[in-house]
Amino acid sequence: MFTLSRIGGLSHLLAIYQASPLNPGRHSTLNPVAPQAGNIEWLYWVIFWICFGAFVITILVFFTGAARKYVRQATPLPPIKEHPADGIAAWFVGGAITVTVLSLFAVLFMSIITGKKVEGATAERNAVTIQVTGHQWWWEATYPNWQANLTVTTANEFHVPVGKKVVVLTNSNDVIHSFWAPNITGKRDLIPGYSSAFSFEVDKPGIYHGQCAEFCGLQHAHMGFSVVAEPEDQFAAWQNQQVAPAREPTTAEEIRGRTVFLTHACVMCHTIRGTDAGSRVGPDLTHMGSRRMIAAETLPNTRGALAGWILDPQRIKPGSRMTPNPMRPDDLQDLITYLESLQ
Amino acid sequence: MSSHSVLISEPKVIPTSDSASRLARTWRQPSGFWGWFSNVHHTAIGTRYMVTAFIFFLLGGVLAAVMRLQLTRPENNVLGPDAYNQFFTVHGSTMIFLFAVPMMFQGFGVYLVPLVCGTRNIAFPRLAAFSYYLFLGGGLLLWIGLLTNTGADAGWFSYVPLAGPAFTPGKRADFWAQMITFTEVSALGTAICIAVTILRHRAPGMTLNRMPILLWEKLVISFMVIFAMPAVMVVSSMLLLDRLVSTQFFNPAVGGDALLYQHLFWFFGHPEVYIIFLPGTAIVSSLVPVFTRRHIFGYTLIVLSVVATGFLGFGVWVHHMFATGIPQMSASFFTAASLVIVIPTAVQFFCWIATVWNGRIQPKLPMLWLFGFFFVFLIGGLSGVMLASVPVDWQVHDTFFVVAHFHYVLIGGAVFPMFAGLYFWIPKITGRMMNSTLGHWHFWLFFIGFNLTFFTMHFLGLRGMPRRIYTYSPDMHWNALNVVATSGVAFMTAAILVFLANFFYSKKYGELAGDNPWAAGSLEWATASPPPHYNFLDLPTVNGREALWDAEPDQAIVVGLRDDVPEVLVTNSLDSDPEHKEETVGPSIWPFLTSITVSATFVGSIFTAWAIPYGAPFVVITLIGWLWPRGHSPMTREEAIEEYSHG
Repeated sequence: MFTLSRIGGLSHLLAIYQASPLNPGRHSTLNPVAPQAGNIEWLYWVIFWICFGAFVITILVFFTGAARKYVRQATPLPPIKEHPADGIAAWFVGGAITVTVLSLFAVLFMSIITGKKVEGATAERNAVTIQVTGHQWWWEATYPNWQANLTVTTANEFHVPVGKKVVVLTNSNDVIHSFWAPNITGKRDLIPGYSSAFSFEVDKPGIYHGQCAEFCGLQHAHMGFSVVAEPEDQFAAWQNQQVAPAREPTTAEEIRGRTVFLTHACVMCHTIRGTDAGSRVGPDLTHMGSRRMIAAETLPNTRGALAGWILDPQRIKPGSRMTPNPMRPDDLQDLITYLESLQ
Repeated sequence: MSSHSVLISEPKVIPTSDSASRLARTWRQPSGFWGWFSNVHHTAIGTRYMVTAFIFFLLGGVLAAVMRLQLTRPENNVLGPDAYNQFFTVHGSTMIFLFAVPMMFQGFGVYLVPLVCGTRNIAFPRLAAFSYYLFLGGGLLLWIGLLTNTGADAGWFSYVPLAGPAFTPGKRADFWAQMITFTEVSALGTAICIAVTILRHRAPGMTLNRMPILLWEKLVISFMVIFAMPAVMVVSSMLLLDRLVSTQFFNPAVGGDALLYQHLFWFFGHPEVYIIFLPGTAIVSSLVPVFTRRHIFGYTLIVLSVVATGFLGFGVWVHHMFATGIPQMSASFFTAASLVIVIPTAVQFFCWIATVWNGRIQPKLPMLWLFGFFFVFLIGGLSGVMLASVPVDWQVHDTFFVVAHFHYVLIGGAVFPMFAGLYFWIPKITGRMMNSTLGHWHFWLFFIGFNLTFFTMHFLGLRGMPRRIYTYSPDMHWNALNVVATSGVAFMTAAILVFLANFFYSKKYGELAGDNPWAAGSLEWATASPPPHYNFLDLPTVNGREALWDAEPDQAIVVGLRDDVPEVLVTNSLDSDPEHKEETVGPSIWPFLTSITVSATFVGSIFTAWAIPYGAPFVVITLIGWLWPRGHSPMTREEAIEEYSHG
């Protein structure tokens, strides 16, 4: 769609469509792909129409009154204490208050019911559990397993099976962040010192966007993630692939690339399981070649983007915790070849 | 207390112009450079509040305009993340702490309350003056911070741990926290002055059940300030302590609590919304009767609603924290409370509508702004109903939907009534009418621009745009809506320029207003425009809720107050019966000097805790100067003999 929008005359129409509520959008509260977001959307529209009705009636009554009682006269009329129709008005005011109270009760009732539905149970046996930890400015995802060597650790890309309950346990490593994938469910803050749980199940396969929703410092704007919902067998395959240690380099370039990784600053912050790199400051790169995006959904995972990112992350995400890494072009090319090979 | 008795006299006791000139001499405020800093009259202080707060409104608006430019295009380069974060933090803090409260509560309150009460000055005038200087000091602190690259950058509510020592090194968050201390001390001081003026200085006859709604609202707001502000001062002081002397209130690593900060902040923060909004409804309830030419419908209902809002406002704070993962049951309690607080506001709306239906509307410019208020605030209130629902809030919390909502509530609930109030009362303040044609241009430009900018933001929020992001990717398709939102800024800028032109033109060349250009009913219109420093030649008495409309042809006046010393009448709180008269204080430089020593202590404590022990003695010295007893009559012995030998 992004390339289509560049084609001449259509582009304006397309832009209008994309900006309009008609565009489903992969980051929209109005395009639910999970029962949680679906229930909230239903509730939203019910309350919206109640409020819309209240707005139209109030404005109509007010402006009708104003128009009916309009006096075109410059000198001020003598003031009156009360009007003969004040008794009737009192009935109308009383009626309006009653209707308001009843509507508010309806809103409260539906909110509580919907809240219960959305919250659901988080202690389900069969669920896929993801421990999400917020960092300035990326997301760490761990799929805990009672066997430590089957625990998956990845970053910024959460794979989930379609139609199955997913329980998210929240945590933060530094400041408050907020996990929000609007097509799936409402947001939940990741608060350091507090852990909480929520759950969802995605109905439709696809790649959905998410973003940090609680201001968390300089690069709050570049703290995205994606939720990849796939059929259960594909999810299992992905999990098996992620559990494995890093692929051994095979070509000469890849071997040199690994040496570059292990002899530069990279190793100070990143883990590649199966090598000596084991720091937990930055994202785990054991399978980074398999991810679609880098730098928390900021850039596509391509050679060019990766080169720019490694050389000068501060130009792309000013304030990012990653330092610039000046290196010789051939070192850089080999390093990228190696990282891209980590499928 | 004086032993002279106060009489409610027959109106035929007409004071001579001799008396007027003696009053003018007694109540004269000093002039010149130092005189400016010694002035303690409420009209001067109120005007200063309004002018200063309006300047902060313009400055905050400039920041907003630059932020809108940055967001016009994806991956724009008008502002970097560091500047953007400072801009939105200082924008929010300025608009809330340096514009909305000082303008709506302190500015209008200090100027109008003594006039509407029918008294000669505010209670504790030196405290009122001191409060103004502290407010100014807080504003300067925040803005000097921004201009020296020490602008606060953790958001206007500066959540921890982000604003804590580990994640905001440097002094930015400290400047913000001390700005809070300045402005809250200022608001507390003013609240005390206003509450006491209303409770003890009302004109005889203005019993509680005849008190104009404006005074009821100011009284309720004063109590809200007194109960809410300490929470935020505590929390900003705890933040300062964490940052300065390594206490660990908010450090989760050693058992501190990040959520505690949010509870304390919003325990202040939500009443604050009503502290900003109630002055708006006060203006609406004061103006609607004037332009519908009748007493307001449902006086008792409105007063009860205002009082109810004052109480309920303290029970809804957790609706800012629905996404923190608090249990559903507790969240639902706050949903219920947030929906209940809709009722008193709805009641006021219905009463205004009934007033319009059973009145005869003679629309003047201020009424147009009230129409704007009706339209805009109603939308904000209804989107508030949506946000009160926990599940809906989970989706739209911290998005542009919320940004749209609170601009509809705050601009609708404060800025539209403010302009209505300014067009209404500026003739009283300057003595000249504002130009109506320019005022209409101002309204329509502002109304169109406002809705273009902020209505669009609802869609942006629903389409997933979080607030406080300095840029976004073109893939998100937020571009077109952001262009629309930014285009509104041009209209609003033009509107404000038209207003300023109108103000300066009218101040000089406007038509003379006279005492009561709108034929209104409350007491501020019973004196000259602008009012003399003694406010009223004869203190009025009151017969009904609209003092001037209900006055008898031979309405009594208060006599027996001396005109050679600044005396005010003290009445009792319920029935407003005269109790005694009291000599009030005259001009003094000490409130200003005290504000200097207090400010120096506050600012110093950003850098070292020793500023407090070192600063305290100087504060005490200036306080001694302030409170030095005036053990003598301003009359000389000869004058006194002459005065009393007549009688």
